[in-house]
Amino acid sequence: MTIAPAGGVITLPDDPFSPANITDPYPMLERLRAHGPVTWLETCGAYAVAGFEEVYEVLTDFETYCSSGGLGPRDIRRDAGWRPPSILESDPPVHTVMRRALTGVINPATVRPLRERFTGPAEEIAGELVARGEFDVVKDLAERYPLRVFPDAVGIPEEGREHLLPYGNMVFNAFGPQNDVFADAFAHADAHSAAILRNCARENLDDTGFGARVWERVEDGLISAEQAALLVRALLSAGVDTTVFGIGNTLACLSRTPGAWAALRDDPSLAKFAVDEALRLESPFQKFHRTTTAPSVLGGVAIPEGAKLLLFIGAANRDPRKWGADADRYDLERQASGHVAFGMGLHQCVGQPIARLEIELVLRALAARVETIEPAGEPVPLVHNVLRGFASLPVRVTPRS
Amino acid sequence: MGGLSARTEDGFVPRTREVIAARVDRVADGVVSLVLVTPDGSPFEPWEPGAHVDVHLGGGLVRQYSLCSSPGDLSHLRVAVLDVPGSRGGSRRVHRELSAGDTLEISEPRNNFPVRDSRKYLFLAGGIGITPLLPMIERAERAGREWRLVYGGRSRAAMAFAGQLADTYGDRVELVPEDERGRMDLGAVLSLPRAHTLVYACGPGGMLRAVEELCMGWPPGTLHTERFAAAALGPGATSGPFEVELARSGKTVSVSAERTVLEAVEDVGVRVLSSCRQGLCGTCETAVLSGEPEHRDAVLTGDDAGSTMMICVSRAAAGCDRLVLDL
Ligand code: HEM
Repeated sequence: MTIAPAGGVITLPDDPFSPANITDPYPMLERLRAHGPVTWLETCGAYAVAGFEEVYEVLTDFETYCSSGGLGPRDIRRDAGWRPPSILESDPPVHTVMRRALTGVINPATVRPLRERFTGPAEEIAGELVARGEFDVVKDLAERYPLRVFPDAVGIPEEGREHLLPYGNMVFNAFGPQNDVFADAFAHADAHSAAILRNCARENLDDTGFGARVWERVEDGLISAEQAALLVRALLSAGVDTTVFGIGNTLACLSRTPGAWAALRDDPSLAKFAVDEALRLESPFQKFHRTTTAPSVLGGVAIPEGAKLLLFIGAANRDPRKWGADADRYDLERQASGHVAFGMGLHQCVGQPIARLEIELVLRALAARVETIEPAGEPVPLVHNVLRGFASLPVRVTPRS
Repeated sequence: MGGLSARTEDGFVPRTREVIAARVDRVADGVVSLVLVTPDGSPFEPWEPGAHVDVHLGGGLVRQYSLCSSPGDLSHLRVAVLDVPGSRGGSRRVHRELSAGDTLEISEPRNNFPVRDSRKYLFLAGGIGITPLLPMIERAERAGREWRLVYGGRSRAAMAFAGQLADTYGDRVELVPEDERGRMDLGAVLSLPRAHTLVYACGPGGMLRAVEELCMGWPPGTLHTERFAAAALGPGATSGPFEVELARSGKTVSVSAERTVLEAVEDVGVRVLSSCRQGLCGTCETAVLSGEPEHRDAVLTGDDAGSTMMICVSRAAAGCDRLVLDL
């Protein structure tokens, strides 16, 4: 069932999940914003939220705009989803205990010691790629590095790691409609789900990783064993693809902006800024839904209870009203903090310090070795319902003398 | 913040002024309120809710107390002092020796616990921790914000300002005297996160640790406590001014007691990535090339001390008047 829009909202025919709009989302996002921060998308049966201020308001008002309806187009409270709801798909007070458990385990203080462990692999991979001269950022770096470091940090066995990327692909594509992209992602769904689930069990996690520490919260009574498994599952599904695309998109920005690369190479402490600005401009998690729990007014538009809102993170992070007329430009000088690439408020990304660390270390390892980086062929955008990234991103690098 | 600790030998002498204790009143069991006025009756400089002053009690004793008068009425300042059994002397002196008409020295008000604007507030007080919250509550009320206070203490008689708060604000104030109702059930109070709400908490360490853990289920950035400021008041802290040399940009800035290192650095146009500005997220971590930082953040552990610092909250250590940063 879709909720028809109340009067007074502009209806648009655009389909944000069409292959054309997926591979190059920005012309459509500009069109959405041009018609107002909140519009009605006929093809989706959902309100499009494209203004920064309005996206921010929805994310921070978790009472009016809930998550338990699911991040996808279906209201999973009425129409059960394909898997038990995760932390992302829950509201307080269910969300509250799960979030307490996870934040207690993953926070800046617990992630900090990973810097040392995560540095070696970044340098090793960077060294090898620079020696090659030409490589594919996605296959050779962005997919490789997180898979080297992240599963170890969570503490899952070697066996079954090949299911991580396909599983993440399923989870995120399910935040869009059940189109061809979705069907492709779910082709071997059962095998992937079963493998991931196995790795979430306490007995399959090593004693030192984040996974085991999540399970400790079962012993002290904060969460149930079921919830612990769901939380480890959340780490495994939310923590890989997003970071893969984060790395790829950051290098996409830098390889097509030679001045920015030169600045970073000369001053590697700019790496943090380079990451933030790239996540703003090419946000890996482009769009997801909320559901209204009560009638509301957003961006001047009256929205009924039970309606689906499709939040366009990629549009908010390029809204000229927030970022200025050059919002579409990659600019290391920009104050990019405050973007919503990691969400905002209650569900704001728990893995943020890990993701930032991984991307920063990749940049530092390359900056120490690479004089110039430039495209070595057309990047191939990934066809994905909600994530923005590349299937292939060939680059050529020259080594530093 | 009930008279946390002395800070006398850090080489830093804040600007002080002479004031008269116009009234010294017992406002609850073990709590004395001091109403301070200027000798010539002139008004005090403006201050913001959350601010504290250093009170020089004579004999080298300096204690820091939150201001709990109305920031809208500058004719006087008020602090409330808890008699801490076994204290090193500050509260004893106030409780046993001070009387109306006595002269004291105080510093200018400084604020380590400022209030951010929000649509709603939840205030949590434990014991004498009520003091910095009083002006915050007044501010929230004036601004028409929705707010609630949960205030716990040993007994009704020991809870300063409890009666007055309940009379003025009715059921927005929930009093939890331990002898009548048991301990504050923080788990229940914080079990359901509310949107657009900031939590301001002040009280003993155990209470703040519990609040901190519970607020991990709330949106990041919700919780503000006096804790870090309190830690900062340990014997090793320097408020300022101290100098910060920025090695890469070749600039030197002076950090006054009212500014953070981060703000001072931004003032001279040097860019630093920062996010929470509360010592929680680790974003503004900066390498320290020389000098000894006083860590006030929640991220760095003992091992890191000295090599880096979170410049949004950390400062120079006692006896260190110059930090050199890799900026
Ligand atoms: C660049 C990389 C990443 C991006 C862009 C990203 C983005 C996001 C966004 C936008 C949300 C909020 C969704 C919402 O409001 O409904 C979120 C939540 C979440 N993220 Fe990430 N993420 C990244 C990396 C990670 C990593 C590495 C992990 C795991 C360690 C992770 C774990 C999570 C979890 C568990 C949540 C749910 C939090 C909650 O519901 O309270 N993410 N992420």
